[in-house]
Amino acid sequence: MSIRERMSGNEAVAFGIKQVNPDVMPAFPITPSTEIPQMVSTFIANGEIDTEFIPVESEHSSMSATIGASAAGARALTATSSCGLAFMWEELYIAASDRLPLVLCLVNRALTGPININCDHSDSMGARDSGWLQVYAENNQEAYDNFLMAYRVTEHKDVKLPMMVCQDGFITSHAVENINLLETETVRKFVGNYEPENYLLNSDMPMAIGPYANSPFYMETKMNQRLAMKNAKKVILDVCNEFAEISGRHYGFFEEYQLSDADYALVMIGSAAGTTKDAIDNLREAGIKAGLLKIRVFRPFPDEEIAAALKHVKVVAIMDRSEGFSATGGPIGAEVKAALYDAGADVIAVNYFYGIGGRDYTVEDAEAIYQELIEIGNGTKKPEQFKYIGLRK
Amino acid sequence: MAYNFKEVMSKPERLAPGHRMCAGCGGTIAVRMVLRALKEGDKAVVGNATGCLEVSTFMYPYTSYEDSYIHNAFENAGATLSGVETAFHALKKKGKIKDDYKFITFGGDGGTYDIGLQSLSGAMERNHDMVYVCYDNGAYMNTGIQRSSATPMYADTTTTPVGSCSNGKMQNRKDLASILAAHDIPYVAQSTFTNTMKDLYTKSEKAIYTPGAAFLNVMAPCPRGWRYDPADILTICKLAVETCYWPLFEVIEGKWILNYEPKKKLPIEDFLRSQGRFKHLFKPENEHLLEQYQQEVDRRWEELLFKCSR
Repeated sequence: MSIRERMSGNEAVAFGIKQVNPDVMPAFPITPSTEIPQMVSTFIANGEIDTEFIPVESEHSSMSATIGASAAGARALTATSSCGLAFMWEELYIAASDRLPLVLCLVNRALTGPININCDHSDSMGARDSGWLQVYAENNQEAYDNFLMAYRVTEHKDVKLPMMVCQDGFITSHAVENINLLETETVRKFVGNYEPENYLLNSDMPMAIGPYANSPFYMETKMNQRLAMKNAKKVILDVCNEFAEISGRHYGFFEEYQLSDADYALVMIGSAAGTTKDAIDNLREAGIKAGLLKIRVFRPFPDEEIAAALKHVKVVAIMDRSEGFSATGGPIGAEVKAALYDAGADVIAVNYFYGIGGRDYTVEDAEAIYQELIEIGNGTKKPEQFKYIGLRK
Repeated sequence: MAYNFKEVMSKPERLAPGHRMCAGCGGTIAVRMVLRALKEGDKAVVGNATGCLEVSTFMYPYTSYEDSYIHNAFENAGATLSGVETAFHALKKKGKIKDDYKFITFGGDGGTYDIGLQSLSGAMERNHDMVYVCYDNGAYMNTGIQRSSATPMYADTTTTPVGSCSNGKMQNRKDLASILAAHDIPYVAQSTFTNTMKDLYTKSEKAIYTPGAAFLNVMAPCPRGWRYDPADILTICKLAVETCYWPLFEVIEGKWILNYEPKKKLPIEDFLRSQGRFKHLFKPENEHLLEQYQQEVDRRWEELLFKCSR
């Protein structure tokens, strides 16, 4: 039975944590993710869960302790944002290469320089090549659902990789919306018990983790991480199918909104997809075939699937909410374009930046982008790459 | 229980031979001795900060540790083991594990005094039931003898080289044991290899079996960095103690206890002369540096006596 509630994204994820009742959570406060460890601490203080919370002295230590706890055999997690994730950078690679199935609840926020507490994806996009699975949410419901599915993927024997469960700072993390929650019993049955194969506290078989492995073995380690990342594709879809059975909510690598017959499409990640959907509804009423591909799973990157879903489109705008400073495109732009190229898709693709540092992205902005795509499509306008949407004039 | 050298040394090794540490390295002597203080049959998880010890004792696919072992990175041995220790409590509470474990981590002075200080401080302040052992050889030896905040004054290192305008490291060494004592944790001690290892063994035993956080600072000479004949290691440790350069003390529940007071305090030159890194101090024109060195050792010794209410 589903429970109708009203919650913010942070509340939804914290509630998911309460339902899963993981073993260890080290965390350090940083806006806008702070509420998650606060709420978990309250659940613990009130005896609602028996998770052990470690109030560490930094994010580097929160990831270090999460790694220690996970290696010891515990189901472990942490939460952070922005600079907190940047401070964990070294540890992200270690967690992935140690093949630890831990989870990081990331509330996306711009990286400092200048300091900015609002949403963009520069934090998690900076960590996109660290060997972590990355799943993004459009709203509180998806943030909750993505968290509930996380351990089923990370702990799968064919995967054993850590996962970042991302939601947009403030826009999703703090806005209160309707949500459908699952019964705790249903959640626990779905997530299951964690029975690690090898762990430090296994008295039958001691384990050593974190070796020095130079050129004779390092490359094989990376190849195995690559294989696990590829394996994750099937596991993610299997888990999504199982989740649909208990929740009635269907997820995949990405969501297609009015895409199957679309001439003009946007590709994006996160909360701005909702704004874009509103624009699409308006445009469709006016007879314009606008559509959206909203990426949910960015790591592993579903390149072939994205290319297949876009190949019939005339013009696509790939929307990045983080700069790459390559002096060309952003991360989603580069990867989606590469996927289209590899698939031999004959699609005109432009790559725009939007919402950097929390800059508003409105329905009007989205409609104007579609208008441009129409003009590019009919040849009245030349494609202009790497524009900043909503930049001060 | 009375200390019996023969009995202690005949306990099974928990750091297996075959690792790649240098002959005469103080680091491995420290590890073997600390791990000997575990009661036979008691289980442990051993941690490591990145350093000589880590890269030489856990080179894939071989490990020298008989116990479960975790290396994470350079600066986070404290935080990493605090995660392991917390997982132990969580899993124990849920009935998922039955055995008891001790948690012991080793870091060099670079990973402890410098880059790992924050992580260590956090783990100690949270009072995890663990022992952090610093094997202090007074420089970043793994990367090739660069100065750390544990490097003694005037030592010749590769980032404080002695030259026509330089007498080596210009600053005093950081007093880490005092910093850890200020964390108000149950047990802090400073030790080295003297007195047939009795001091280190008994302190390790106390550190491991005292509930809560414990910190051991063990002077562990490095033949490469200090430039001495590996056979002289015990003489050097003895001189460090007899000159009051490296006093032996404990801080138990905030109470400072001096464990050894030399009958006749030897001049600091006796310790410095034994090592190539201080060779320049014995040039006639540097006599004033030796005087200054002695003053600094005296000052710190007096301070320690005061703390120990002597």
